[in-house]
Amino acid sequence: MTPAAASRPVTPPARREAHRVTVGFPLWLYAPAAVGAGVLVLPFAALFARLDWPGVPAAITSPEALQALGLSLATASIATIACVVLGVPLALVIARSGPAVAAVLRTLTTLPLVLPPLVGGIALLSLLGRQGLFGDALAVLGLRIPFTTTAVVIAQTFVALPFLVISVEGSLRTAGTRYELVAAGLGASPFTVFRRITLPLVAPGLVAGVVLCFARALGEFGATALFAGNAAGTTRTMPLAIYTAFNGAGVAEDTAIALSLMLILVAIGVLLLMRGWRADAPR
Amino acid sequence: MSAPTPPRTGAPRSGDSIAATPAGALDVDVHVEAGSFALGARLVVEPGDVLAVLGPNGSGKSTLLGTIAGHVVPSHGHVRLGARALTDLPADDGADGRRRIALPPADRCVGLLGQHALVFPHLSARENIAFGPRARGVPARTARAAADDWLARVGLDGLGDRRPSELSGGQQQRVALARTLAAEPDVLLLDEPFAALDVEAAASMRRLVADELARLEAPAVLVTHDPLDAIVLARRAAILHDGAIVDEGPTGEVLGHPRTPFIAALAGVNLVTGVAATADRIVADGLELRGVGALRPGSPASAVFSPAAVHVAPEASVDLTEPNRWLGTVALVEPAPGGVRIHVAEHPSLAADVPSSQAVALDLGTGSRLAFAVAEADVSLRAER
Repeated sequence: MTPAAASRPVTPPARREAHRVTVGFPLWLYAPAAVGAGVLVLPFAALFARLDWPGVPAAITSPEALQALGLSLATASIATIACVVLGVPLALVIARSGPAVAAVLRTLTTLPLVLPPLVGGIALLSLLGRQGLFGDALAVLGLRIPFTTTAVVIAQTFVALPFLVISVEGSLRTAGTRYELVAAGLGASPFTVFRRITLPLVAPGLVAGVVLCFARALGEFGATALFAGNAAGTTRTMPLAIYTAFNGAGVAEDTAIALSLMLILVAIGVLLLMRGWRADAPR
Repeated sequence: MSAPTPPRTGAPRSGDSIAATPAGALDVDVHVEAGSFALGARLVVEPGDVLAVLGPNGSGKSTLLGTIAGHVVPSHGHVRLGARALTDLPADDGADGRRRIALPPADRCVGLLGQHALVFPHLSARENIAFGPRARGVPARTARAAADDWLARVGLDGLGDRRPSELSGGQQQRVALARTLAAEPDVLLLDEPFAALDVEAAASMRRLVADELARLEAPAVLVTHDPLDAIVLARRAAILHDGAIVDEGPTGEVLGHPRTPFIAALAGVNLVTGVAATADRIVADGLELRGVGALRPGSPASAVFSPAAVHVAPEASVDLTEPNRWLGTVALVEPAPGGVRIHVAEHPSLAADVPSSQAVALDLGTGSRLAFAVAEADVSLRAER
């Protein structure tokens, strides 16, 4: 320290944090960004504003509402399990196929994703309906699928499966096959490699896929309405209950809004669950 | 001797364990054709022996290892371990009734340690090392206890619970080495195991690998582009060039006195081929080199010396009537450890290394003239056939 510096009054300068400079963007982009956020958030705000809060407890604890919620949670859970059991192997086959085969399989898998669910419902009827392709065979076996709870699960699986396959396949491609080759070199059988290396490596993608899959199954309406109908207790899931309440004779619109609130809460719960899992996930 | 030479299996030297391991010697004779690339290599490695395969990038080193590990199915050829065939694909497509064999990697019992550790990211260091034994049916508790012994052996005592992301690159490579050895392979393959490590980690890893190779009873093949790896770790070396083995023998011979300019460049030494003038002097393209050796006058001979042994001085300071001196015009200057490497236009294959402290006093601009000298004791002479 020089004498001059030492003789100066000791007033430490205000401490300023060093920071990196980021390249800015045109400020006017805030305007469409705000509108975009509004499009996503305002409808929910309006829904909460219109909610008849005193009537909510009665609406969501009514036997019909609880029945619909129970049916929705049960069918969506079964559909999600079906998606995992069928979707993980399908994703593995796509990820390990050559580029041409993979492209075809991926397109076919994503089809239900881009089609209106109503079309899916008609397609399912064409396959499993009484007049459908497998209709006679099912009749011989004494099975009737349309307008049963089974039909609800099938419709939900049909629309939700692509989400799981796409999510898991992406993870498989990112993980690559290098670790699997190392594991095989250490003497591991194909099943051991799958169980101890492949599956754990795609676990984050699998969890994301399961959440998307469950959410999609929970919200499924179009295919269910056409293929499974709207019978209270067996096929009337939450979305159908909301639709019925909204259009139904003599039932207040408030019930539909209250039921919607329930679905929103379930969806938020599922998203939070996923965040919690991923936060303490390894690596 | 630039044509592929038959591998010399060699009798066990003194100090070798003569006890035969159940697996036996590694016997490889493979041909790989893929597009414009062709590899044809024969090699035999005795149990407990280490063969270094040296070659530049693209020479086929990793493909050669791939055929042994089972990642690459050759066009034809065989890979045998003692009496056990890992790969057996006759060129005549089984016309003699031989069964075609190409075992998958899991059934080969071949350990491979590559440039990248590829430690399983979701498993702890301990579980990584225990993976091989557990895959072969060893109870988890036993395998984990053995893994802890391995951790201590590779200098990672107490780090068994760490995830790979909590280990340094050097530590990960140690886990990978322990994982490979814990699986008790019948052959150990090392594919540039130090290439991805920083200088310090590479040095300590090299020491560890040297210790483990000394204990290993199985045959080992080390693939590298670095002559240092071969010198430190392998008693025998083979040179792979454009998919063919161009020289093979004791490491000291192959690298100490290279047979071709290609191997000389790989080994980082200067090679001069010419004719013996006297028993200790050769003449070659305007150079006269005196050195250590016993030559037959009039017969072909070669001289080898290190670029670092060359003394560089300003042009005027040298008496060119003496042997072991030459003049040159600077053509290329490149970095060398601790200094610079100078190439001259007159003798493009001869390099001279100058320490930085000395280089600053010299005029190293392209086209400037310098005088070069090498001491007699630093030149090794050999008669060529």
